[in-house]
Amino acid sequence: MMEFTTTRQNPLIDPTMHIWHAEIPLYLFLGGLVAGLMVISGLWLLRPTDKPRSRALALLPWAPPLLLSLGMLFLWLDLENGFNAFRFYLALQPASPMSWGSWILLAVYPVTIGLAWHTTPADLRALVHGRLGEPGWLVRAERWLAERQRGLGLASVILGTALGIYTGVLLGNLAARPLWNSAMLGPLFLVSGLSTGAAFMLLYRLDAGERRLLARVDVWLIGVELFLIGIWLAGLMSGGAASQAAAGTLLGGPYTAAFWSLVVVVGLVTPLVAEWVELRRGEIPGRFAAGLVLAGGIALRWIVVFAGQHAGWPADVAAF
Amino acid sequence: MRAKRYAMAVDTRTCVGCNACVIACKTENDVPRGFARDWITTTTDGTFPSLRMTIRSERCNHCENAPCVAACPTGASYYGPGGIVLVNKAKCTGCKACIASCPYGARFVDPGSGTVDKCTFCVHRIERGEATTACQDVCPTSSITFGDLNDPDSEISQLLRSRLSETLLPEAGTEPRHYFLR
Repeated sequence: MMEFTTTRQNPLIDPTMHIWHAEIPLYLFLGGLVAGLMVISGLWLLRPTDKPRSRALALLPWAPPLLLSLGMLFLWLDLENGFNAFRFYLALQPASPMSWGSWILLAVYPVTIGLAWHTTPADLRALVHGRLGEPGWLVRAERWLAERQRGLGLASVILGTALGIYTGVLLGNLAARPLWNSAMLGPLFLVSGLSTGAAFMLLYRLDAGERRLLARVDVWLIGVELFLIGIWLAGLMSGGAASQAAAGTLLGGPYTAAFWSLVVVVGLVTPLVAEWVELRRGEIPGRFAAGLVLAGGIALRWIVVFAGQHAGWPADVAAF
Repeated sequence: MRAKRYAMAVDTRTCVGCNACVIACKTENDVPRGFARDWITTTTDGTFPSLRMTIRSERCNHCENAPCVAACPTGASYYGPGGIVLVNKAKCTGCKACIASCPYGARFVDPGSGTVDKCTFCVHRIERGEATTACQDVCPTSSITFGDLNDPDSEISQLLRSRLSETLLPEAGTEPRHYFLR
């Protein structure tokens, strides 16, 4: 028997830590979504095909810089001392994933905007040229991008992968939070980001071939995501007392119902079955499954962030 | 001159949990209302009637391998004089990565400045040449000892040589420099 009492009652820390609220899971979701869109857009650019893109697919690369800006707004809103945000860019701390992340976010903008402009349909680009009075710098920039199409695609894939992994490693390297402290969180958030990226694209008016390809990829990604969730939980269950107690929050504890219903059933298994049935029947994949994948992506980040804060080192572990 | 390595030891045999250290710290460091840089933890273990109670005065462990310093993206958390873990408020964004990385819950956000706050081992006193912390000065049972581990003749070095001591969560790998004498 062990009783543990403390006089400490610091707000946001006691009785359980809750320093990160809605802004962080929303940022992690948007960061993962942007990562997925960057990887898919980059791979599409690298595909050796002459088949013309649908107009929606050509315009979708504009989504990453816009969604990332929204995500960074959430990130800034979470800062308790937002006036010092510029400090992120006066330092590079090698041991801090947050520091790496802030520089990755900065590098994402030129690549995503360059790729988006490169894939924008010619009539829209001509419209902009006309409005700006045919500026020479824009013509030169377009030529520069066109000559480096392969490099642009590769940069988008590499930076997107780094961004997706970083959103998981940001939590995964925090040894003090046993639920997060797993090497699986980086790959899990990356794959979830890729899946939500494909789902986000399926919300738009793509042609039938593009929809089928994205749905086929998404089925595989959801399968891998379920596998990674299994490994993550199995790893925690086979860890020390703190890890087992942390896993308990999702396996019988306060976040169990939300995790298994919203993330696993609604966000992964249902869209997996729906997309698989659509593909098997030869139907054009619709928006239903895509919407569920996106909802599941938010739920995953939300529950992992909240449950991870709830599950610190248990009192009987913290006492000697 | 040999570099200093500051540490603290709390005698759990004599600590009575009176909270004088908590009040002294709040007064000395102007800790915001509702927050505390140090606190009292009481554990009772065993099975009735064979029970054992331990009372500890706790605070930031000023770890040798501080996860808060590693997690800080701006360099605001750093190792100060004698290895004391400090926060440079001018660099702190209030991102709270350090709070999440601390397994001891030693840090909090100062609601006034939006920056992170914690025990400093009364570094302002050390800079003035004083040798004691506010919590140590006020302790009625002299349970708190602060000093330099690199000085073999310091009181804390002698205590750690002559008494059994433990640190909190040694398995976390943080190498705390806050000891509890048994």
